[in-house]
Amino acid sequence: MGELTDLTIAQAGDGLDKGDFSARELTDAYVTAMEGARGLNVYTAETPDRARAMADASDARRGKGAAVGALDGIPLAIKDLFCTEGVLSTAGSYILDGFTPRYESTVTQNLWDAGAVMLGKVNMDEFAMGSANITSHYGPTINPWKAKTGDAAGKDLVPGGSSGGSASAVAARIAAGATGTDTGGSIRQPGAFCGIVGMKPTYGRCSRWGVIAFASSLDQAGPLARTVEDSALMLSAMASFDPKDSTSVDMPVPDFAAALTGDIRGLRVGVPAEYRMEGTPPEIEVLWQQGIDWLRDAGAEIVDISLPHTKYALPAYYIVAPAEASSNLARYDGVRYGLRVEGEDLTDTYERTRAEGFGAEVQRRVMIGTYVLSAGYYDAYYLKAQRVRTRIADDFRAAWDGCDVILTPTTPSAAFAIGEKMDDPIAMYLNDIFTVPASMAGLPAISVPAGLSAEGLPLGLHLIAPAFGEETLFRAAGVLEAAAAFDARP
Amino acid sequence: MALDTDTVRRIARLARIHVDDAELAPLADELNNILGWIEQLDEVDTDGVAPMTSVVEMVQRLRADEMNDGDRQEDVLANAPDPADAFFTVPKVVE
Repeated sequence: MGELTDLTIAQAGDGLDKGDFSARELTDAYVTAMEGARGLNVYTAETPDRARAMADASDARRGKGAAVGALDGIPLAIKDLFCTEGVLSTAGSYILDGFTPRYESTVTQNLWDAGAVMLGKVNMDEFAMGSANITSHYGPTINPWKAKTGDAAGKDLVPGGSSGGSASAVAARIAAGATGTDTGGSIRQPGAFCGIVGMKPTYGRCSRWGVIAFASSLDQAGPLARTVEDSALMLSAMASFDPKDSTSVDMPVPDFAAALTGDIRGLRVGVPAEYRMEGTPPEIEVLWQQGIDWLRDAGAEIVDISLPHTKYALPAYYIVAPAEASSNLARYDGVRYGLRVEGEDLTDTYERTRAEGFGAEVQRRVMIGTYVLSAGYYDAYYLKAQRVRTRIADDFRAAWDGCDVILTPTTPSAAFAIGEKMDDPIAMYLNDIFTVPASMAGLPAISVPAGLSAEGLPLGLHLIAPAFGEETLFRAAGVLEAAAAFDARP
Repeated sequence: MALDTDTVRRIARLARIHVDDAELAPLADELNNILGWIEQLDEVDTDGVAPMTSVVEMVQRLRADEMNDGDRQEDVLANAPDPADAFFTVPKVVE
């Protein structure tokens, strides 16, 4: 047996069940690894004492033959967007400086109820707004991967975003798995950039209660893990019906790992013409074709499909998401929690608190959102975008008549160096060009590591399924994973 | 619909974000760059298309109109930047 931190969640669970090692030993290995990797700037709050106490409790349960499931004793990292009782929760923002919730998010509570161990909170783009984890108040998180050749060789690379800390933690073996949230690609894109699996469930699968809100009609929690099976195990624990979230869906949560049969014979895989975009690097196209071949060889039927409004998903997203953000972020006023900067009067206090507390990208999006919702512009921008969103959802609805899942690339490039694309917001937004359409339609989607770029950096393939089609999604992803046999390490 | 600096000042006020006068022009450029890119949506024919109101088809749930929380004053005030006794505080608003 190698390092304990190299085990997948499923393997670690087996080892715990067999008594090969204790949850305490597993947690100690991760705490040591976490403390040794501080140079990556992943953890914004480390909770080793709590982790050890949770591990000891897990060992006690197992000793009595009362382990509560596949995650019992598994050490996880939690994106700083989740409120965790008694542990600093800031969404990567200075405006929540010092904020220590008195309550626990439903998703994290579900994980603790399933016996998981909290290693700490991990870095992210401020309020989940970003695709490179460079907008955090805590500074950029570093991707454990390094380019072997090319312009970025030897430089520190971004892990993607906004769940950049989560992806970096799992790839660097300083967490067995991590929670993330995905609004336009914030789980899948960092998953692809860090060579791990990133999965966004159907909107409504995981409760948003206690998750600091960015864009409420898009935000959805999901897992980041090293394998498809681990992602399935995590999602089964994270998902639940929650009366405290009015958009939580009252449906049974399946044993998602049981869906990994490895059999996709007869599955119809849609390949959308509109995802072949001008300017996409050839190696992305080649990998996509490789993915098509892998699924066909496994018995799937490949179907050419059309999603005509694909190119409009991203600009529509940049109306809808900032509009919702401007409303959600109105609560940060310097009065009830977080940062307060005293001004000449109450309005000045609000304005100076928000000017100092929010970073440049958050301010930009709050202002765009304020503008598109303001009197006289609401119809032209916001309503127009919501109509386009209906068109995008209709495209997918029509596509499901002819296919069961859709295969696309996850990102138009591999990870890039920290500092690139920083002065061009639209270049940064284009990172999410392949992931945003599924978000706009609320659909489940997953990124699976599938190959390496010419510079030696991981690239992902992306599967999308109909609403609540997670089991089909995991099944197809499992086959893709097995065919790709991606075993490169940072 | 390019934004001028007066409009940016008005948006910043609506958003309750302090922007120094010197920052208004560069900020207008940034916002115009994004809004110009967004205007490609005008190419999409949306006549007769209903705006999306719910991303997943679901029936709005109702709950009993009963109090189910409360009596957590200490928790509510625990993170306030400048609480006084049982209150949040703000700068004086009435002379």
